[in-house]
Amino acid sequence: MVKNQSHVRLDIYEALSEVCDPEIPVLTIDDLGVLRSVEFVSNEWVISITPTYSGCPAMNMIEANIRIAMAALHIENYRIERVLSPAWTTDWMSEEGRLKLEQYGIAPPNPDRNNNPVRCPICKSDSVDEISAFGSTACKSLWKCNKCLEPFDYFKCH
Amino acid sequence: MDNDQLKDNLIRLVTHLGDNNLILGHRISEWCGHGPVLEQDIALTNIALDLIGQARMYYQYAAELTGGNATEDSIAYLRVEREYSNYLLCERPNGDFGTTIARQFIYDSWHYFFLHALQNSADKQLAAIAEKSIKEVAYHKRYSSEWLIRLGDGTSESHVRVQTSINDLWKYAEEMFEPAAFENIAISNNIYPRPALLKEQIDSFRLEILNSATLTKPEVSYFQTGGKTGIHSEYLGHILSELQYVQRAYPGLEW
Repeated sequence: MVKNQSHVRLDIYEALSEVCDPEIPVLTIDDLGVLRSVEFVSNEWVISITPTYSGCPAMNMIEANIRIAMAALHIENYRIERVLSPAWTTDWMSEEGRLKLEQYGIAPPNPDRNNNPVRCPICKSDSVDEISAFGSTACKSLWKCNKCLEPFDYFKCH
Repeated sequence: MDNDQLKDNLIRLVTHLGDNNLILGHRISEWCGHGPVLEQDIALTNIALDLIGQARMYYQYAAELTGGNATEDSIAYLRVEREYSNYLLCERPNGDFGTTIARQFIYDSWHYFFLHALQNSADKQLAAIAEKSIKEVAYHKRYSSEWLIRLGDGTSESHVRVQTSINDLWKYAEEMFEPAAFENIAISNNIYPRPALLKEQIDSFRLEILNSATLTKPEVSYFQTGGKTGIHSEYLGHILSELQYVQRAYPGLEW
C-alpha cells in the first residue's frame, strides 16, 4: 500500500523527533524547539530548523543527523532550510525537555527569575550564585550551589 | 539607480556588517587559551563564536545575492585588505584584558542599539539576522559594561589602565556614525537605520556606563575613519594573513 502524504509526514516528524542535540544528548531537536516544521512543497519535503545560537557548532551536527534519519526512511527528495525569523527562543523548549535537562544536571531556562529563582539541579536548593554569564557551550552559564557546593550549568534564557 | 546597482550596494552593505563581526570575532578569538582566568577565557571565546556565527549569516546572504561561485568562504578567505570594510575599531590589537574590554564596550554599545533598529529594515533577511543576533549581543553588552565598571571602579591600577585604554580607543568610537556612500543609499531605501538617530541613544548609554565606572569620557578632536571604504590600519593585513593562510596555501581545501 502506498502511504499518503500525511502519513509520510508523520513518519518524518517522528524520525526527526529522535535526533538529539550532540552537546546535550538528553534533548531532542523537538524538545529544543529547533525543529520548526516538515512540509511538502512542490515535489519535495522541506524540513525547517532554526539555529539556537548563531555560532553554535552543534547545528552542523544536527543537520548531518537529520540527513542520516532521512536516509533511514529512504527519502531523497527533501531539503533542509534554516529559518532565522522568528528567532529561536528558550520559550519553545518543551516541558518534558525542561524536566529532562534538570535530571541531566543542567538547570533549565527560567524566564521569571524574580518569582521563581534558579535552583540547583542536584540538591534543589535556591541558594545559588552565578559565577560566569558564559559557560562551556554558547547556551549555558556557569553557577554554583551554596548548599551542596556543586558547580552546575544553567541553560540561559534566550 | 537601477536594480543591479541597488543589489551591488546591498552586497557591499551586508559584507561590511559581516566584516565587522568577523574581524572583531577573530581578534577576540586570539584570547583563546590566554584569558586572565578560565571563566573569562571562556566568556571571550563564547563572544567570538557568536560574532563569527553572525558574520556567517551576513556572508551567506551576500553570497546568495552575488550568485555564481560566491560562498561565505570565498568572501571571508579570498578578499584583500582594501576589499574589507570593517570599522578600524575591530582590527585594534587586544592589548591587555582592559583594552579588550574597552574595545568590546565601544563596539557592543553601538552594536546593540544598531541591531535594535535594524530589526525594522525593509530588507527582510537583514531584519531576521538582526532579530537573531540581538539576543546574543544583549549578553555581550552586559558583559563588557559590567567589566568596564569593575575595572574602572576597581583598584587604582585597574582604573588607570582601563582609562588609558579608553583614551587610546576613543578616536575609533565614532566611525559608525559617519555614513559611507553605500550606507546613505541603504538609508534612503529604509534598509538601514540613520546613524544620527542612533547616536544620541548610544552616547547617553556610553556616558552612563563610563560614569558608573568612574571613568572620564575622552575629549577627542579628531576621529579616525576609513575602514568602511577599505582604508585600514596596518593591523588588518596581519589579521588576514593568519585568517586566510590555509586557503591561500591550499586553495579550495575543506574540512
